[in-house]
Amino acid sequence: MAKNENKIIELKNVTMQFPEDEHQVLKGINLDIYDNEFVTLLGPSGCGKTTTLRIIGGFLTPDTGDVIFNGKKINAQPPHLRPFNTVFQRYALFPHLNVFENIAFGLRVAKVPKEEANKRVNDMLDIVGLRGKEHQDVNALSGGQQQRVAIARALVNRPKVLLLDEPLAALDLRLRKDMQNELKSIQESLGITFIFVTHDQEEALSMSDTVVVMDNGNIQQIGTPKDIYNEPKNAFVADFIGESNIINGVMVRDKLVRLDSRDFVCLDSGFSPMEPVDVVIRPEDVDIVPLEKGMLEGEVTSVTFKGVHYEIIIDVCGFKWMIQTTDESFVGDRVGLVIEPDAIHVMKKSEYSGKFGDYSTFSDEMDEVPLDGKEAEN
Amino acid sequence: MKKHSSKTTALLNAPYALWSAVFIIVPLFFVAYYSFFRDGSFTLEYIGKFTEKNNLSAFWLSVVLSVLATVISLVIAYPFSYFLSRLTPSSQKIQMVLIMLPMWMNMLVRTYSWSNILETNGIVNKILSLFGIAPLTMLGSKGAVVLGMVYNYLPYMILPIYTAMTKIDKPLLDAADDLGCTPWEKLKRVIMPLSVPGVISGIIMVFVPSISTFYISQRMSNGNIVLIGDVIETQIKEYYADGGLNVGAAMSFVLMVIILICTFIMNKFSDEDNGGMVV
Repeated sequence: MAKNENKIIELKNVTMQFPEDEHQVLKGINLDIYDNEFVTLLGPSGCGKTTTLRIIGGFLTPDTGDVIFNGKKINAQPPHLRPFNTVFQRYALFPHLNVFENIAFGLRVAKVPKEEANKRVNDMLDIVGLRGKEHQDVNALSGGQQQRVAIARALVNRPKVLLLDEPLAALDLRLRKDMQNELKSIQESLGITFIFVTHDQEEALSMSDTVVVMDNGNIQQIGTPKDIYNEPKNAFVADFIGESNIINGVMVRDKLVRLDSRDFVCLDSGFSPMEPVDVVIRPEDVDIVPLEKGMLEGEVTSVTFKGVHYEIIIDVCGFKWMIQTTDESFVGDRVGLVIEPDAIHVMKKSEYSGKFGDYSTFSDEMDEVPLDGKEAEN
Repeated sequence: MKKHSSKTTALLNAPYALWSAVFIIVPLFFVAYYSFFRDGSFTLEYIGKFTEKNNLSAFWLSVVLSVLATVISLVIAYPFSYFLSRLTPSSQKIQMVLIMLPMWMNMLVRTYSWSNILETNGIVNKILSLFGIAPLTMLGSKGAVVLGMVYNYLPYMILPIYTAMTKIDKPLLDAADDLGCTPWEKLKRVIMPLSVPGVISGIIMVFVPSISTFYISQRMSNGNIVLIGDVIETQIKEYYADGGLNVGAAMSFVLMVIILICTFIMNKFSDEDNGGMVV
């Protein structure tokens, strides 16, 4: 659904600190969420994304700052008065109620007339594909089915905003992909704002209209999935989203950046002359060419076959580049590298500069995405 | 983990099997035997004693008072457990210790203290006399017996209900809030149905010792009120030689069967509640 200009939720300078923590969980969050938008809060565990979601849901009250819904401040409004519904991380289905009554719960509370309630629940059962299972015990359902009940239970109330707290984290990969597509199409057909929390960058990129990258209680970047991937604002975003070679550079002048004492033509401008910068170059944007044709020279130190492509580590004067290419190389080869101007993305120095670098400690087992994201982060 | 062979399992279970054989099954067998046999021949004479007017009225009084004690305990324990389960973990611990503390004292001592507090010259009447109120005869009333039961058995009602409430997942309460429940709706639609198993255990754990008590009624009524437990005690103590043991055994047997039936019905009720719908 196309994004419109109608702000539905605004967070203004929201801070939050839990009494048992010495650090602020949120350090001044400013975020506008628009009608019908699919927004994803993305970040490693402990970044504050779940806390942000719980503040929007009304389960937490921010220490300072405002939560605004349709122009009205709702900081202290309890969750049961907010026209939002939540899909919880581990579903939180009511064990004493069957599938039908779980979905009908919100309608029963709102005293919706029985006939209308039954019709709405039945419609939901169709949407999430649980027709025929309405009388089953929720504890007897598979993880994927419980997930659907949780989604139906929230959507049946026709919320203005649906909050989803890592709803797919407990599903296996295949089911997760299916649910991603399904959630996206449900969101498009119902035209409801979705706020989705995840630590899985691929999930975020494939589902969202807008991705909000968070770390350490701050928003690092807000943008479309393409912006986030192609134009990361700082080294953290570049590193967290996809694979990236992050190199120290100096901006000689507009559209010319110096890496490793060689000047490269790029497309970026707007920096001061000779300003130190971080440069990100995605592994798939570097070409391996014969030695004499290269802009840089290096030695292949590792080659991993990944199916679609090879993942090749090349040592260029001590800096290990990761390159993804469909052409095979062999360990020990001396090769040249070509970097086109549009492959170079220049970023301002930030608190993250120097924390992420080359692939000298690279090992295949290491996953860039924290695996403990299932844990609640408050 | 490797599964134990059936031989090891049997060996590991042996001490428990032996224990329950010696201390549960054999005594039960004796109770049944004494209830139905005189000098080795079968008789219903002892069981029939249960329907004698005095015994039947003692039984009914026991039922009425123990039901009353159970209901009062539930009314006190339920909200108490609810608020307890919402305290911070550290103050929950302190509260639990305070609830358990009296149970570390002998029940006879505690009941004796209550009879002292309530007697004509007791502290309650002394305080009332300061306000010019004439001494009340509290000791000996049915109310005093019920008080004794509630006081002694209340912790057995609180513990299972509190446990059931703390076992309710926090996200379920968030979900109830999220789906529009006011605090009262949340209690009615989520907490109450999910704490039913605790309530059932609590009812059984208060009702069963209340209906068969003899000491509480003796102490709190100065012997005025005779419950079924007192009948059994008197039979065995006073008429041991004249078949009193058999009569006592027969009464215990009938009581046991009645309690078993009640427990069975209660459990059935709780099962249905778990599987059924709350509309």
